[in-house]
Amino acid sequence: MKKSDFFSAHDSRIIPILQNAVIGIAGAGGLGSNIAVSLTRSGIGKLVVADFDKIEPSNLNRQQFFEDQIGMPKVIALLENLNKVSPFTKYQVHEIKLNPENIPLIYKNVDIMVEAFDKAEMKTMLIETWLAKFPNKPIIAASGITGWGKNELLHTRKIDNLYICGDEETDLQAGISPMAPRVAIVANMQANLVLEILLKNL
Amino acid sequence: MKTILVNGNSLKWEENMNIDLILKRKNYTFKMLVVKVDGKLIKKTEYAKTFVQPGADVKVIHLISGG
Repeated sequence: MKKSDFFSAHDSRIIPILQNAVIGIAGAGGLGSNIAVSLTRSGIGKLVVADFDKIEPSNLNRQQFFEDQIGMPKVIALLENLNKVSPFTKYQVHEIKLNPENIPLIYKNVDIMVEAFDKAEMKTMLIETWLAKFPNKPIIAASGITGWGKNELLHTRKIDNLYICGDEETDLQAGISPMAPRVAIVANMQANLVLEILLKNL
Repeated sequence: MKTILVNGNSLKWEENMNIDLILKRKNYTFKMLVVKVDGKLIKKTEYAKTFVQPGADVKVIHLISGG
């Protein structure tokens, strides 16, 4: 596939902006795997993705993996899948648990950070680390994505360089797991916001 | 009446108003929060000793599990 063919549907002005962008994704689960696929299809130049988890059968209800990938590290399976989508995004993956010490090292060269964790504690840790270390670089987080329906509650809130996507109210409860449509909607709100920030001066 | 802003809504300011008191007045009982006052990040360990002045712009973000 030729690059010019892959990008032939795009306005030519946006291609260098997208291809020069480096986007960080923290977590490769329901949010991260969907964000990575959308940003790859969008033609982002480079993605930096970290996750320490392996794929379990229960992940397939919402995460962009396949049955024959069960047991694989999520970042390795994601790399495999993204390479099938497009050769025009470079991928740097880290099979590692993120913490306040390694986040600034792994993500120091990204233009925009996208929070894609499952646990609230990790979301908070990442946002606090990011705002302290990189106050001038945007971070896009997700909060309140579980369950189904309630499209009308999903929104984006901007607080300086911190953006929150989700309903900010639906908590995890027994029997109400994150499910494919709502997770993918919020993941794509985050990916959409990445494009909006990158292309704001166009 | 002196006030502060919490997530864009007006709240009556009180003497010695720290972050803990603001969260109590707003009935925010969530465990995982990110708090900013006038654009500055306030960590959990600083909630008790961070006092706000009238007119302060406080943002409270509630982080919920799921992803």
